Amino acid sequence: MTRPRGLALGVVVVAALAAVPRVARTDAELNFLFLVLLSTTLAQSWNIVAGYAGQVNLGHAAFFGLGALTTRTLWIGGTPVLLAMGAGALVATAFALLIGVVAFRLRGAYFAIGTLALGEILRITVGNVLAEISTLPAATIASYRLADRYYLALALAVATLAVVGALGRSRAGLGMQAIREDEEAAEASGVNALGLKLLALALSTALAGLAGGLFAYYHISYYPSHPFGPHWTFDALLITYVGGVGTLHGPVLGAIFYVLLKEYLAVRWVDFHLLIFGALFIGIVLLLPGGLVEAAARLRALAGRRAP
Amino acid sequence: MTAFVQQMVLGLLIGGLYGLAAAGLSLVFGVLKVLNVAHGQLIMLGGYGAFWLGALAGFDPFAALTLVIPGALAFGAVLYWTLFAWVVRASEETRVKNSLLIGFGLALALDALAVRLWTADERSITTSYAGAVVSVGGIAIPLVRLASLVLAGALIGGVHLLLARTRWGRAIRATAEDWEAALLTGIDVRRAYLLAFAIGTALAGAAGTLVSVGYSVSPSIGLEWTLKALVVVVLAGLGSMPGTFVGGLVLGLAEAAAAWGFGGPYREMVGLVLFFVVLVARPQGLFAR
Repeated sequence: MTRPRGLALGVVVVAALAAVPRVARTDAELNFLFLVLLSTTLAQSWNIVAGYAGQVNLGHAAFFGLGALTTRTLWIGGTPVLLAMGAGALVATAFALLIGVVAFRLRGAYFAIGTLALGEILRITVGNVLAEISTLPAATIASYRLADRYYLALALAVATLAVVGALGRSRAGLGMQAIREDEEAAEASGVNALGLKLLALALSTALAGLAGGLFAYYHISYYPSHPFGPHWTFDALLITYVGGVGTLHGPVLGAIFYVLLKEYLAVRWVDFHLLIFGALFIGIVLLLPGGLVEAAARLRALAGRRAP
Repeated sequence: MTAFVQQMVLGLLIGGLYGLAAAGLSLVFGVLKVLNVAHGQLIMLGGYGAFWLGALAGFDPFAALTLVIPGALAFGAVLYWTLFAWVVRASEETRVKNSLLIGFGLALALDALAVRLWTADERSITTSYAGAVVSVGGIAIPLVRLASLVLAGALIGGVHLLLARTRWGRAIRATAEDWEAALLTGIDVRRAYLLAFAIGTALAGAAGTLVSVGYSVSPSIGLEWTLKALVVVVLAGLGSMPGTFVGGLVLGLAEAAAAWGFGGPYREMVGLVLFFVVLVARPQGLFAR
């Protein structure tokens, strides 16, 4: 798709999505779309550091969880929600840079180990220290409006896509992709690999922190350790790989596919959906590493050869 | 003071299992350059294997080891052929990346499978001698856990001898050092990969058995054990089995000290701190050659 056409399509879709709360009959539609938007943001944020800069983050849930924890605490304490979400993003980024500065100096799996360790250790520790379920105060529940959450999710998803779109064409984004392909060659041609990896990580985790804040704003009650769970990381991995890792529209397609399939499977095979998703993910990584985007491109190439 | 020593003794006892958990992971990572983050799930499966052998066939957990270890060897071979043999065909950087992704997917799938098959309940093997303790100067040492520590050390020592003294062991070490050079000298690199992965899985199975007798297993323990093993691997470095065992003991002691100093809820934080300190001060690990 050419750029102006893609942009025009995007504007139409966003306008249609913005109109949904006025026409939706039940909350089910809004909740469904909310989930798609939140998943898009979370997956796209993972995609920045993994898909563009090529660094595997296995603890993305840590940053989602830190955003949720910070936002929830400040917001219930009386801070305006947008300010609280900003603080959540800052906290998430601060923890991420701590890992990044240490682990990115070394090659190999250190970054993946560090993020995985951060995610699991925070989950266990938060579960130990804050074992009580977190529920909104009665006054907040009384004034709860789903549409507010929905518009915030829409705005965050659009902002995330705009950031990644701009990044993909920028000098920094091209540098990140060069690092992904061959870090030594990129450094030899003047790319500041450590700086760009840290930039990718900061952007990625700030957006994950905001997504976590949105989660904290959306849910009436949940266990504080829940957003730190490894399945959030897995959601981001699966969605990005199903759609197409390292592309702008891949995670969007992946999120729609994932949420639809999850709703379908959850009804039919309650306990099996994670098993199916795990197998699906392994299959894609091994056999179709470019995801739906690559599959579409292959089909188009095939059609092009048949009808010259 | 006695309470502190008691804590540290318990830390040392579980540290032996951390070492055993890490030994398999370290062997696979060192030889195949594949980081299997589903290693903890293999431990979990080993634990269930021993549990069901006891519950359904009346096996003593330590006797069950003689069945769990060969079973895990075979399971490791199957896992290698179906998944990881595909991964090792790629270049080394892609190998690590793909193994991380596949391992993570495998981990979640095995968790879900275990919940489906065996429910989310915690289970542990109780034996007639489960409560037996030896008392040394007011310090109680649970006998089962002491036996586990000794067995963990013996298994790691056995694998160390296998790698150091046998022909197959030398082939595995040569492949770990430089697989291309190993290939040129006529070593069957694929077989070395298969052997290393199967032995790594067998070590995980043994670790799981010991976990299910001294502690408990549930479908969700996988990632926690992967994490302990990873911290030990970073701590100890690659390439030395005895070093990995000592690394496990160090982590066990450090956790016990942290729980004593800051309270039980914060004991997990020590792994993260150790990870940072080692990466900043000595990234090749404490015992790497």
